[in-house]
Amino acid sequence: MREGSRTAPNRPVSAICQRTPQAVSAVAAVPGTVVGMTRIDNYSPSGRPVAVSVRGLVKHFGRTRALDGVDLDVHEGTVLGVLGPNGAGKTTLVRCLSTLITPDAGKAVVAGYDVVQQPRQLRRVIGLTGQYASVDEKLSGRENLYLIGRLLDLSGKEARSRADALLERFSLTDAATRPARTYSGGMRRRLDLAASMIGRPHVLYLDEPTTGLDPRTRNEVWAEVKAMVRDGVTVLLTTQYMEEAEQLAGELTVIDRGKVIANGGTDELKAKVGGRTLRIRPADPLELRPLAEALDRLRLAGSATTVDAESGEVLVPIVSDEQLTGVVGAVTARGLTIGSITTELPSLDEVFLSLTGQKTSAPQDLRPELEEVAV
Amino acid sequence: MSAATVSPTAPTSPTITIVADPKIGLRGHLRHTGALIRRNLLWIKQDPESMMDAVLMPVIFTLLFVYVFGGSIGQALGGGQGAYVQYVIPGMIAMMSMNIAQGVGTGFNEDFNKGIMDRFRSLPIGRGSVLVAKIAVELIRLLVATTVVMVIALLVGFHVHGHWGGLLASIGLSALFGSAVMWIFLVLGVTMKNAQSVQAMGFLVMMPLQFGSSIFAPTNSMPGWLSSFTAYNPMSGLADAARGLMTGGPITHGLTVTLAWTVGLTVIMAPIAIRKFTRKT
Repeated sequence: MREGSRTAPNRPVSAICQRTPQAVSAVAAVPGTVVGMTRIDNYSPSGRPVAVSVRGLVKHFGRTRALDGVDLDVHEGTVLGVLGPNGAGKTTLVRCLSTLITPDAGKAVVAGYDVVQQPRQLRRVIGLTGQYASVDEKLSGRENLYLIGRLLDLSGKEARSRADALLERFSLTDAATRPARTYSGGMRRRLDLAASMIGRPHVLYLDEPTTGLDPRTRNEVWAEVKAMVRDGVTVLLTTQYMEEAEQLAGELTVIDRGKVIANGGTDELKAKVGGRTLRIRPADPLELRPLAEALDRLRLAGSATTVDAESGEVLVPIVSDEQLTGVVGAVTARGLTIGSITTELPSLDEVFLSLTGQKTSAPQDLRPELEEVAV
Repeated sequence: MSAATVSPTAPTSPTITIVADPKIGLRGHLRHTGALIRRNLLWIKQDPESMMDAVLMPVIFTLLFVYVFGGSIGQALGGGQGAYVQYVIPGMIAMMSMNIAQGVGTGFNEDFNKGIMDRFRSLPIGRGSVLVAKIAVELIRLLVATTVVMVIALLVGFHVHGHWGGLLASIGLSALFGSAVMWIFLVLGVTMKNAQSVQAMGFLVMMPLQFGSSIFAPTNSMPGWLSSFTAYNPMSGLADAARGLMTGGPITHGLTVTLAWTVGLTVIMAPIAIRKFTRKT
């Protein structure tokens, strides 16, 4: 992971102190009064700097608890994937973090700004790309970007050059003067991404950025997102597609019915669910059957050993590292020789199913999120 | 605004104090409103047909009333069609203010449905800027419509008789009242589900106000209950004030009624519109 290189596991106190003068000078440049000296924790328990910190966030819609005490951290310069089925509260979370709605309880700090107390400052450092491309369809691509530049207080000249640079960057220069309503789905999504990048945001929210796109266009959008992350943007991505989370996010938070039900790295999450599968290939293909019988007698993890005749491998489900050692020991004790042995983690879809008890939608599933649209 | 110069893009910018959110200054408001006005004007450029109502409505209404009712109502006024032209043109100025004002809610509603409003609301701009820009553009349309009325008026024989100052004053008064009415339609635009229902609502409100007034015909032949309604109907007030200003005649009552409605509507509806707009999620 990228962040691994720039993050010491336990940041010394002196490192925190060194950053303080910089922070103070940034504060002094902002007109306004110092309200209090509340310390905002910018480091996660692991000592890594955090760009988005959410604690106990609650939002009700009538009797529905759309967010029911969500905690999460997005580390600087990384992508956090927020996964969940329809109506899990993903969009509500993004809307709270982008100041479109006010949470009922809890605290959220983005790039050092509190979402409730400092909404205007916060809006300067975020970019938002919604589920539905939110650009003005009647305006051309260039006019859309120029408008947003002006609303972000760029001078006319700056706004124009920024618009042109982003049109170039997102391969929209040829379509720059056409009204956005004539754009294809992918072009529109790219324009939407470009629009979120005008203010050089510190944190970018991508709310289901590829919902409703065909696979080719989806890959295009993923490539753009990866490029933005390379430029150092911190991303909070909501998605219901495992594939998208695996492609883009280093860490995942799984939410269901407004609650966080799991989080960690993608590999960590898979391991959490337990079941790994060993694929063992005997050195001599003729030993496949005896090997399977030997392993079957071990009765590991309570489930049966299977033979994949096509690949010439025996599949053994295990739940712990000790069992791996046990398997190897049992095979050698019988005088059989292992040609190769690989560990297979469950797919994220399987992880998700075991965590929430429901299946995720396949990427081909283009149903709009009815509940979240209503929000 | 100097806050714009604070680089938010530094790779890490932890804040250790909570600094009160800086207010958006007047220049910021003007810049944002200007950018949004430009956006709405580009819509018109993209889709010139959206100006058709502002250009054609005054032509059609003026010609219809002058040539259909002009003769008979003119006779009752003690003249002919010419007398009716002098009577109805100031009424047309009044009518335009409301007809154009109702358009403000429709485009507004589309913005919410298309998701662009979320983008605006996630930007560091004053929430009122979006509303003020809408009103400004609608006032430009109103000015176009009023200009068309005056051109047609002069073609069908309207005489200003030197009341050019009065003419300008009545256009100003109509714009003022129009902007007050726009707040109502902004509230409708924010609260109602779709553009069609906003339009239907607008029509229901406008018909009795416009026809139950002194815009098209003198109110003295109307039954008592109706003429007491028309006496305080802002459409009558505006038409009477414009008539007084443009052709010479009593001004005070009409002006008072119009200004009272203008102030009252703005004071009540503007905060509601802004609050509903801010809260809309």
